[in-house]
Amino acid sequence: MSHANNALERVTQVPGVRGSLVISAGDGLVVAERLMDGIDGRAIAALAGSLIQRLGRATLGAGMRIPTFVHLRGDQGSVLAAPGRNDLVLVALTGLNANLGLARVEMLDAVSHLS
Amino acid sequence: MSDDIRSLTARLVDEPSSLAFLELGEALRRRGQLDSAYKVAQGGLTRYPRLAEAHDLMARILGDQGDLAGAFDAWVEALRLDPMRTSALKGIAFLYFRAGNVEEARQHLQRAAEIDPDDRSIPQALARMPSSVSTSVPRAAEEPVAGAPTAPGPEAVEQQGSLLVDGNGLRLSGQLRSPNNEDVGDRVAAELAGVSKEASRTTRLLGLGTWQAIAVESPEGNLFLVPPTSNTVLLTVRDPSLPMARLGMIAERAARDARSWLGEQE
Repeated sequence: MSHANNALERVTQVPGVRGSLVISAGDGLVVAERLMDGIDGRAIAALAGSLIQRLGRATLGAGMRIPTFVHLRGDQGSVLAAPGRNDLVLVALTGLNANLGLARVEMLDAVSHLS
Repeated sequence: MSDDIRSLTARLVDEPSSLAFLELGEALRRRGQLDSAYKVAQGGLTRYPRLAEAHDLMARILGDQGDLAGAFDAWVEALRLDPMRTSALKGIAFLYFRAGNVEEARQHLQRAAEIDPDDRSIPQALARMPSSVSTSVPRAAEEPVAGAPTAPGPEAVEQQGSLLVDGNGLRLSGQLRSPNNEDVGDRVAAELAGVSKEASRTTRLLGLGTWQAIAVESPEGNLFLVPPTSNTVLLTVRDPSLPMARLGMIAERAARDARSWLGEQE
C-alpha cells in the first residue's frame, strides 16, 4: 500500500470522517482519495487547495511560515487540511460529531510520511 | 483536588450565595485550572455583578488565559466600582506596560502608590521601568507587576493581535505585528477578504452549511478567523502555546464585542 493510501486509510477510520484525499495544492488535483459515495473529490480538491493557498499567503503576510494544519468549520461539518511536502495536502471531510482531535493527530502523523 | 479547593467547593455548594467563589476562583487560577476558575468567577459575577473584587478576579483569570483585552475591560470595571482598588490599578499598569505605553503604566502605578504607600511591590515596579517614555514594545515588559496575571514568554507578547476586516480587505480595527515587530495589519487584512469568500464558497459547495470559523496552526502562531457579520472577518492571533480551543473561545468573545461595536457605528 502506498504512503498516500495508508494515510487515507488511517484518517477515514476516525469516527465521523466522511472521506479523505491527498491533493496537490498548486493545481487543485486529486492524487488519491477515499470518499463516501456522493462526495465529489475534485470539488474538494479545487476548493480546499485554493483556500489553503490563500491562508498560506495570509500567514506569510503575517511573517509566519505556512500553516501546518487548517480547520474550516461550517455549521454542518468541517474540512481539515494538513499540508505536507512537495505541495501535497492531506484533506478530510467530517460530519458534525466527528472526533476532530483524533482526526488532527492522525492527519499530522500521516502527512509526515507523504512525499 | 487539593484540600483547600475541596473545602471551598463544598462551602459554595452548601451556600451558593457565599463569597467563597472569590477564594475558590483564585485557588483554581493559581493551580492553572483556568477553565474551572473562569466558570467559578463567571458564576460569582452573575450573582454579584457590582462586586469589584469579582471583576478583579475575572481580570486575573482572563489575563492568564491570554485574553488581555478582556482582562483590561474587567479591571476597568473593577476600578469603576471601586476607584481605590490598587490591584486593578496595578493590573492595568501591567497591561499598559506590556503594550509599550510606559507613561500610562507609570501613572496607574503612581496612583496605586498614593492609595497604598505600604505596598512595597509598587515602588519596585516603578523602579524597573525605563526613565524615558517609549512607544515601542519593550523587552522589559516581561517584568511582572505584583497582582498582575502570570506573564507568558516573549514570543507570546510578539504573537498577539487582532484585526477586524471588512469585505473589501480593509482594516476596520485592531493591529497585527509580525515576529519581527513589523506592522503587517494592512497586508494581512487584504488577504483576509479573499479568505472569507473562499471559506464561504467552500462550505456552501461541499454541503457544510455556513462557515463558522477557521483555525490555522503555524509554527510561529495560531490564527483564528470568525465572521462577526456576513461582510466582516475577525482574525485573532496568539502564541502556539495557547491551546486552539481556548483561542477559539477568545475569538468568539471578541466577535461578540465586534458585533456590538459594529452596531454602534451604524
